[in-house]
Amino acid sequence: MSAARDIFVGPGGRVTMAHGGGGRAMRQLIEGVLLPAFGNSLLAPLEDQARIVMAELAGLGDRLAFTTDTYVVSPIEFPGGDIGRLAVFGTVNDLAMAGAKPLYLSCGLVLEEGLEMAVLTRVVDSMGRAAREAGVKIVTGDTKVVERGAADRVFINTAGVGVIPRGAQISASRARPGDVLIVNGSLGDHGVAILIARNQLALQAEVTSDSQPLHGLVAAMLAVCPDIRCLRDATRGGLATVLSEFATASDVCIRVREAALPINEVVRGACEILGLDPLYLANEGKLAAIVPRAAAEVLLAVMRAHPAGRESAIVGEVTSAPAGSVILSTSFGGDRIVDMLSGEQLPRIC
Amino acid sequence: MTMRFADEFRDPEKARVLVAEIERLAAPLAAKRGRPLQVMEVCGGHTHTIFRYGLKNMLPSDVLEFVHGPGCPVCVLPMGRVDDCVALAREPNVIFTTFGDAMRVPGSKGSLLQAKAEGADVRMVYSPLDALQLARENPDREVVFFALGFETTMPSTALTVLQARREGVGNFSLFCNHITIIPTIKAILDSPQLTLDGFLGPGHVSMVIGTRPYRFITERYRKPIAIAGFEPLDVLQSLWMVLRQLADGRCEVENQYKRIVPEAGNAPALAAVAEVFELREFFEWRGLGSIDHSGVRMRKAFAAHDAERKFAVANLQIADPKSCQCGEVLKGVIKPYQCKVFGTACTPERPLGALMVSTEGACAAHYQYGRIDLLKARNEAVEATL
Repeated sequence: MSAARDIFVGPGGRVTMAHGGGGRAMRQLIEGVLLPAFGNSLLAPLEDQARIVMAELAGLGDRLAFTTDTYVVSPIEFPGGDIGRLAVFGTVNDLAMAGAKPLYLSCGLVLEEGLEMAVLTRVVDSMGRAAREAGVKIVTGDTKVVERGAADRVFINTAGVGVIPRGAQISASRARPGDVLIVNGSLGDHGVAILIARNQLALQAEVTSDSQPLHGLVAAMLAVCPDIRCLRDATRGGLATVLSEFATASDVCIRVREAALPINEVVRGACEILGLDPLYLANEGKLAAIVPRAAAEVLLAVMRAHPAGRESAIVGEVTSAPAGSVILSTSFGGDRIVDMLSGEQLPRIC
Repeated sequence: MTMRFADEFRDPEKARVLVAEIERLAAPLAAKRGRPLQVMEVCGGHTHTIFRYGLKNMLPSDVLEFVHGPGCPVCVLPMGRVDDCVALAREPNVIFTTFGDAMRVPGSKGSLLQAKAEGADVRMVYSPLDALQLARENPDREVVFFALGFETTMPSTALTVLQARREGVGNFSLFCNHITIIPTIKAILDSPQLTLDGFLGPGHVSMVIGTRPYRFITERYRKPIAIAGFEPLDVLQSLWMVLRQLADGRCEVENQYKRIVPEAGNAPALAAVAEVFELREFFEWRGLGSIDHSGVRMRKAFAAHDAERKFAVANLQIADPKSCQCGEVLKGVIKPYQCKVFGTACTPERPLGALMVSTEGACAAHYQYGRIDLLKARNEAVEATL
């Protein structure tokens, strides 16, 4: 880290309205904090837009994937991650769910006046590290500062582009009777980690957010099964919401075996105490995949061999009726409908 | 992974044995009556268990039906009281504190959630003690706690009020909407359309009041009752106990939930309740109308902590929407999905009737978890026409 940056972000430094004003202070913020965190050759010229050579993209596939997401999680730092890491991995994962190779992200920051520079630096440094970890570049950005109270510390928007390889036809509408449902690991860790980090419940438990990029895992899956039918990361609304979307879009029934669902003991315990349903809890590094039955075992082996899929499990199957529904076969021996969430289970989870 | 003290009560093998026994007992009883047996689970917690674990689909519906009772305090709150809450929350200096599930209950002019969106300071708490803590931290504001629930939650509110008085926290008050279960069960039993054959008694209420207050059900109305725990095996075993009584021709208050419920109840809890609260002459219930002695208010000695005395509370009575058939559902006369507005004008997102509000309400539970039989019926109908 440069000496200039040390001075700039030293103890007591805070974001002021001037940092969003377009003048010298903003330039200092960009050069002192953002460029060192994100540094790459596409961002460095500081033009009003990143310029990307199309021939390079065309070599990777035949379609561009383009997505955006905004991150408002509270608190901004929590066990297993922070808002910056979420902002990178969340958008990377949205691209990955089309089978795309994620390439470039934008970073829009909305900062609350008075935010400690040290906190901002930690957040953007974390974004930079996450981007390098995921093999993507943050190539353009924007910073706004709003008066104290008009935002809560820092909000981040990231848009992302990636390229979808030829042949991948992943869509929520492609589930067929006979297909099977796979998840890549324990459910609800992120939701419970945030809940505990807020400390409103005076619960103490060891649980960390599962925040992780999934495109590597998806690439490994596509390599052995190009015909993956449906793929989504189970973020807000949890697995239940994703499966409801698949069932509706494909007009099929998805049957889930409760006993097969990987759920950590701490998460189960927290859900028991608080009356929450782990099926609806947010995840930040978990996907639900509907795949042809013939490929399921091979896929499972490949997923379990990947760091992002060690606890992968086959947890259900697709049937024809009742169409448009998700049914949970409970460990107790009964069946029940799993519906979309009404209202919100927990606010500002990502 | 197993979880101690929970998974023991969710053993599918034991469930299968119980279900078989229940079927064996229920079939001849239903045949004798020429209709399915009707057992009411009084408590919303049991309704939730029945749907959450899929008990409904494990039992033979042709010989046995659950009737989902009035025991969801959020659901039976009348519109006028919700309007009073919203008005209190809008008072300029008030921090209005409430349990989360009460935020969505619709009044005639919107819910607390909407009031919050419009700028009222409404905060979700997990315990009345959280509200008292807010009052300590905000001595310049008035902190009102929305006290809600049956005898289960009354002791904790009573003890919080006693604590507030001891510490002299003058800016803490209760908006008291506590209700009592016994007069309500009586009102249901007095209903002329009644066809109920027995009851599953509320477990947590009984933990406080004990088992004796239910004797009138067996003595005067000749209906068997088993006080039930909330795990799925608790519910099945209690149901089996009620059926065994019916088969033996007995009529008793049995206690399945002995690990929690003492016969005499919880004396210190009852003492705190008696010190702080007194019976109201009557209380309005959504869907059931006014029921005598079914609610409590704070005694005059606690006027300083009583929001109804501290603030101008309108206490208006507002009729339920005409299209709602909550009362008939509560009494077991119709099934939730037989209501004219179920799933159309009345959904969990936009609840019209009380029973659609909380997942412990019969209609919301049916909507959220239970439509499996409706879906099956629909699909069978579709297949039949093909």
